[in-house]
Amino acid sequence: MATDNRPLSPHLQIYKPQLTSVLSIVHRGTGVFLTIGAFFLTCWLLALADGPELFARLQAHLTSWYGQILVYAFVFSLYFHLCNGIRHLFWDVGLGLDIDVVYKTGYTVVAASVIFTLLTLCLAAGGMA
Amino acid sequence: MSLSTPLAKARGLGSAKSGTHHWIAQRLTAIALIPLCIWFVFSLVSMTELNYQMAIDWIQSPLSAIFLLLFIIAMFHHAQLGMQVVIEDYIDCKVIKITGLVLLKLVSFFAALAAATAVLKIYLGP
Repeated sequence: MATDNRPLSPHLQIYKPQLTSVLSIVHRGTGVFLTIGAFFLTCWLLALADGPELFARLQAHLTSWYGQILVYAFVFSLYFHLCNGIRHLFWDVGLGLDIDVVYKTGYTVVAASVIFTLLTLCLAAGGMA
Repeated sequence: MSLSTPLAKARGLGSAKSGTHHWIAQRLTAIALIPLCIWFVFSLVSMTELNYQMAIDWIQSPLSAIFLLLFIIAMFHHAQLGMQVVIEDYIDCKVIKITGLVLLKLVSFFAALAAATAVLKIYLGP
């Protein structure tokens, strides 16, 4: 049918990256990454339910340098998706849609997710909240 | 030759009439996940050391078990709703798209149930 040959639009590569579009795609990206995290949580809980041996083996990987990078990538993604998700919920009720407010809340979301991630890192390293 | 009228052709099969439900479910789970995510991260961070016994003790407290179950249900429901949209948006090939959607729904349900079963096993104890 003719519908198969219709031109595709919009062509993403002709647009200059902007905060609005970048945060939108990062929201999706972190969402997909956190879905992988959800499956990791299932594995972690299954290992815990299985017993101390399997749990210790998994925990050894998670506390290694590559495990910690993965864990904090999940932590950052979670904070970003959480903060930006709240921004989306405000948009859904019609608040904060003016372009200057969109930019302000956008920068706030980026700053908040970085600060919360660093705070979590410090609290976890300190051993106690 | 098709016997359908031009109007019927233009209309196609029409709306699936389920878009609003998807939209509302995604927002509802998002709202539920705000306190649940904060609780989850805070619980893990506030443990002095994340060892086997600490993790078991944590899940054996009734409140933790209930919150963890709520977290698992809301998270997997929210995740599969979001992944569904991503697959629908970016995968062009109909066969891969539908296979992906079916796998997503089934695997998400399986993983959620597996996680919930693990929590219940730990909560109910040996």
